[in-house]
Amino acid sequence: MPLKSKDVLGLKEMEPSEIELVLDTAASMRDILGRTIKKVPTLRGRTVVTLFYEASTRTRASFELAAKYLSADTISVTAATSSVQKGETLKDTARTLEVMGADVVVMRHPASGACHFLASRVRASVVNGGDGTHEHPTQALLDMFTIRRHKGRLKGLVVAIVGDIYHSRVARSNIIGLVKMGAEVRVAGPATLLPPCLEELGARAYSRVEPALEGADVVMALRLQLERQQRGLFPSTREYARLYGIDRNRLSLARPDALLMHPGPMNRGVEVCSYVADGPASVIEEQVTNGVAVRMALLYLLLGGGGDGS
Amino acid sequence: MTFREKAEILDADGIRRALVRVAHEVVERNKGGEGLVLVGIRRRGVPLAARLASILKEIEGLEVPLGILDITLYRDDLASRRDQPTVHSTRVPFDIEGKRVVLVDDVLYTGRTVRAALDALMDLGRPECIQLAVLIDRGHRELPIRADYVGKNLPTSRKELVRVRLTETDGEDRVVIEEPEAG
Amino acid sequence: MSRSDRGFVVAGGTVVDPASGVLGPADVLISEGRVRAVGGGLSRDGLPVLDVSGRLVLPGLVDIHVHLREPGEEWKEDIASGTRAAAAGGFVAVAAMANTRPPIDSAAAVSFVLDRARSAGPVRVYPVGAVTKGQKGEELAEMGDMRQAGAVAFSDDGQPIRSAEMMRCALQYAGMLGVPVISHCQDPDLSAGGLMNLGLTSTRLGLRGIPTQAEEVMVYRDLALCALTGSRVHIAHVSAADSVEVLRRARARGVNATAEATPHHLILTDRAVEESRFDAATRVDPPLRSEADRRALAAALQEGVIDCIATDHAPHHRDDKEVEFAYAASGISGLETALPLIYTHLVVPGALELGRAVACLTEGPARVLGLPHGTLAPGASADLVVVDVEREMAVDPMEFYSRGKNTPFAGWRLRGWPVLTLIGGAVAYHRPGWLKLPEWLEPAGGLGLAGRVAAPA
Repeated sequence: MPLKSKDVLGLKEMEPSEIELVLDTAASMRDILGRTIKKVPTLRGRTVVTLFYEASTRTRASFELAAKYLSADTISVTAATSSVQKGETLKDTARTLEVMGADVVVMRHPASGACHFLASRVRASVVNGGDGTHEHPTQALLDMFTIRRHKGRLKGLVVAIVGDIYHSRVARSNIIGLVKMGAEVRVAGPATLLPPCLEELGARAYSRVEPALEGADVVMALRLQLERQQRGLFPSTREYARLYGIDRNRLSLARPDALLMHPGPMNRGVEVCSYVADGPASVIEEQVTNGVAVRMALLYLLLGGGGDGS
Repeated sequence: MTFREKAEILDADGIRRALVRVAHEVVERNKGGEGLVLVGIRRRGVPLAARLASILKEIEGLEVPLGILDITLYRDDLASRRDQPTVHSTRVPFDIEGKRVVLVDDVLYTGRTVRAALDALMDLGRPECIQLAVLIDRGHRELPIRADYVGKNLPTSRKELVRVRLTETDGEDRVVIEEPEAG
Repeated sequence: MSRSDRGFVVAGGTVVDPASGVLGPADVLISEGRVRAVGGGLSRDGLPVLDVSGRLVLPGLVDIHVHLREPGEEWKEDIASGTRAAAAGGFVAVAAMANTRPPIDSAAAVSFVLDRARSAGPVRVYPVGAVTKGQKGEELAEMGDMRQAGAVAFSDDGQPIRSAEMMRCALQYAGMLGVPVISHCQDPDLSAGGLMNLGLTSTRLGLRGIPTQAEEVMVYRDLALCALTGSRVHIAHVSAADSVEVLRRARARGVNATAEATPHHLILTDRAVEESRFDAATRVDPPLRSEADRRALAAALQEGVIDCIATDHAPHHRDDKEVEFAYAASGISGLETALPLIYTHLVVPGALELGRAVACLTEGPARVLGLPHGTLAPGASADLVVVDVEREMAVDPMEFYSRGKNTPFAGWRLRGWPVLTLIGGAVAYHRPGWLKLPEWLEPAGGLGLAGRVAAPA
């Protein structure tokens, strides 16, 4: 089997060799994106359902493009959910998808672990498109793909992730994935936005951003969820920008060839200043393209491809 | 199921002679080789295409562009197989628009690989024509496909296995036919 | 007059009755629903004999923390199904928490529970009244009336009492009535939105964590108020090592406090959430803690800093649990697994001595609420449980008498299963096929032997 599991629920569940396989396959997929005819017939007759319980533009569009480039049929379902059970339960939705014969279900959901719940109830492959504050594995894979494309490797690189680590599924997946692949991961953010036990996950935590950026090969800024301010986790976006925003001075602490990344959408002037977001170090737009390639690779591998032998 | 060798079909010399003959036929058919490109199908079509290119250079002084085609994404048996090959890159570093493309593969059998290769090529552009060169044609076609150049025609049974071993991929030049071990 | 009216002897077992200091092979002579003697060779007088060779004989177990869900949430559990589950778990008396719908916050509601319990079966149900009206934490409920109607303690369990002033008044008032306040200690702000223990696992799973300090600060507050008022507080479901330390220091100073721990906090840790891949069966309030906390709880039980084991039996319908972790109801259906869990996972590995374990399930809880249970001393009601410690059986929630099939222990292979529960010398529960019952042994009154209640589909 190319991937051990029928699902992609998180990087915690993936072996380093599986991550390598996804990244290698994504490299071949990326070639297709450069062609005039961006379509291969690989997944003809297969159905990919995107089931989104949270607003998202890029992740959903990225998955749908990936599916279409591989000639799969796509259905998108937008659903509302809450703890007071408006609408259908996830258990019933799972049954419906099962009966509809979906081959892959890409789900985004506000509750951590919701993809695990779904995966245990459907035969289809479940791809986690972001679950609560848990994981966002495809984002981390595309980030790793982007880094590897520029640096040729992941092992030994210093990657600094800056922002709301506590609530970021992007940070969580990147920490887990990058540590697995042998990178040195540093995270920086206000103490109120750092969860406990980060060291045990293999990341070094900093509450000041400068030492975290020192000599970094990659600087990843996270989107600051502005509603955290109301919960009292930081005083103001102004102060946040002053203390943690990535600007030219801070970026200059990193290696001269450092990459600047952001999972998007950006709050310009808050977590990242426009000069660096649009500057030469930025690979933010490329991340979007690579996202499609990585998701194509995952769809291909989940639907039977990728083992060795011929 | 295990297989054992039944007979050697070609040795290194035999392979070389077959390729030289194919090269001559290619030149002849394409009136000197204007607009000619070679595209090898992964895996063993690739070294065979490279050898044809160097033979063409030797005998006619032709510089024929060389491409590599990975047909994994065009297979029609993804759903039924559990051991799909890894997707490798397609490397066709030239425009095939209006070119005379010679597809190269080691064994022509059901025709499905060639069908996939034709689709893959078409997605890269619109060549003037596509021709097919194979080292071995073992019969049992499932699609209306035939080769333009054949190194050796080899009648086989469906139970048998034709193994092409090339120095570049397998450390030796040899074509053998294998049959299932009894019992 | 049937044979057993003359009395009978439960013979050949090993009696463990910490309250009267008996631990060893002994017979139990029972007549007219009471224990008459415990000792060797009681079966020689020609009385009928119930042979329990090779089994343990314990006083009937007491659980001072169960949620029976009636009135208002009968699809989760009712008093009949809950007391049947209790008997099947070896329990002869339970204290029913007040957070029903509506809450038990009036004498009428207390009487309702008692009436339902009497008609349901032989297991004694002791109602716990609400501390505040509607359990809203705003005004004291009519505790005096409820006490007269039969409430044995007061609690807003399910919710902490946010206001320290309200807690002070509740303690003073309950103290005047001679009963404790049972406190669910969890700072509501520190735990707001929390889904599991704060720590490495919560960080990994991205589930909002609840620090142990949310419990510790409230335990500290309640013990301080206990010292202030001279009244008694009982700390429900202690989950954290830090809370144990606070409790230990307060008790050393003579603060009038007692405490309980649940089987799940004594056996599971927050790793269970990860290992079960977000299974909502592991969602419980307070949350499952770390291994260090778990060990501290077991040590505190052995040492006596924690007085008793209580299940916090919290049955839920599958629809409340088969949802995303964050949306699931908290709680574990615990009555029917408590004894084998404690036996297999604490007594057998040596974390808790057998005598202490039994004390924590019998005289310990009985003493906390002043209930007339928990011993096989002559004169006591003949409430006992016969336990098979040899035969191993896997937990199968579908076999529960409780309507709540919610347990993280499904499939666990355990020993120490109750095979017979007697209440007043009559059979309240018998595990078929595990012990041969003589014909003359009578079923207990009420619906005690009625069949298993299937969960509504």
